Amino acid sequence: MNNPQLDADGRLRHLLSIEGLPKKILNQILDTAESFVGVAEREVKKVPLLRGKTVCNLFFENSTRTRTTFEIAAKRLSADVISLNVNTSSQSKGETILDTVDNLIAMHADMFVVRHAQSGAAHFIAKHVPNHIHVINAGDGRHSHPTQGLLDTFTIRKYKSDLHNLRVAIVGDVLHSRVARSEIHALTTLGVPEVRVIAPKTLLPAQVEKLGVHVFHDMKAGLKDVDVVMMLRLQNERMNGAMLPSAQEYFKTYGLTQEKLSLAKPDAIVLHPGPMNRGVEIDSSVADGSQSVILPQVTYGIAVRMAVMAILAGGG
Amino acid sequence: MSSTNIQLPSAEDLLQTIAQKLQPLLQTNLALVGIQSGGVWLMERLLVLLENDIKTNAIEHGTLDVSFYRDDFVSRGLKAENRPSQIPFEVENKHIILIDDVFYTGRTTRAAMNELFDYGRPASITLVALINRGGRELPIAPQLTAMDIALDASQNLQLIQDAEGKLSLQLISSITQTNQVEL
Repeated sequence: MNNPQLDADGRLRHLLSIEGLPKKILNQILDTAESFVGVAEREVKKVPLLRGKTVCNLFFENSTRTRTTFEIAAKRLSADVISLNVNTSSQSKGETILDTVDNLIAMHADMFVVRHAQSGAAHFIAKHVPNHIHVINAGDGRHSHPTQGLLDTFTIRKYKSDLHNLRVAIVGDVLHSRVARSEIHALTTLGVPEVRVIAPKTLLPAQVEKLGVHVFHDMKAGLKDVDVVMMLRLQNERMNGAMLPSAQEYFKTYGLTQEKLSLAKPDAIVLHPGPMNRGVEIDSSVADGSQSVILPQVTYGIAVRMAVMAILAGGG
Repeated sequence: MSSTNIQLPSAEDLLQTIAQKLQPLLQTNLALVGIQSGGVWLMERLLVLLENDIKTNAIEHGTLDVSFYRDDFVSRGLKAENRPSQIPFEVENKHIILIDDVFYTGRTTRAAMNELFDYGRPASITLVALINRGGRELPIAPQLTAMDIALDASQNLQLIQDAEGKLSLQLISSITQTNQVEL
């Protein structure tokens, strides 16, 4: 099968989804990220790897955290960064995506970081660009958000040294979540033996168990003895029609409270990709509590994104 | 690739020589920094030897992996394996003893110095190498070595460490000479 993410020698050319990437490449990214964590703790938080390169953040959909951390990551690698919020620019004047991309290539962009509401948008751009240009998917529709999946796995690895004996629960709106899909692929590829998804039937994709996960509809049963709880954001903006009775009702059944968290292992950690809906999928006391690693996720996200860009720019 | 029959010195003997030569340089406000991987092995061994000799408190030390500062990143990319640099002390105004196994082109030293300066402004940097094999391409040379030899560009001299931590030297000659510069 032709994998557009890899070159003929099996090296990473674009990062479009976790699905289809070998364990070796995922580990290479996570190990390299380990080296970048220390860079942020120094007097000069920069390395010269991408000096002279231009990274173009192409965001067709809003984002604060992802865009900012990609921007910081590129700057810490000494690249020049342009961030375009395309919603407010030429797209609204009728320009096609590929025309926008071609214009940026004419300005000598070397790397594109793409977010789009349509699944497959980053693939589409990757197929179009010449050989020396790299594309990173920063979230496409419901499909994939590979750097989020990687940074979540990196965070887990930081707190739980061995991935091979973990029980991980992903809780919430799996149906609309590209984050959940990327997390599931990353965790199963890296050898986590038990990945659970906990959600109401209306928020689970059909045949989700084919991804190698155990399905729970009862949160208390699903959280029992897990090492890691990965919460998902309830994506109201992607819902049309009544999938839920109300946010309050959802919180009662699937919101993470201290009481429900106490069913997990005592040293369990809690992740959330942000932005959080406090009091909807997660209680403030948990989000700000001692088991929360939500802010370290953000910090590690920079190191992981630096690793991805460095590996791509260095030809895998 | 084939191993040649040149008689190589014992790396363990050279290590003792370096330790003796380093002693008069020891001063307050000093730190040892090893460059991955051979320089780190040497640094760890030197720490033990020097601390025994001068009966002093632990000498400050750290390690550098210069992967992010190499000048051939564009052509060769990142090594699959790189380790975090660890400088757990204040570099500002410190006298740094930078340790590498084999000194060749000077490019590794250039990269290491650039990285060190991103931690702070050291008072001085002294470069120590087990062997200077000749062939430098930059105006950089080690102040202190245990041995100087002249090797051909087709020869690759490496420090290796066995399972017990014993150090030895290995010389590999490539039959077809490449244009790639070994850092």
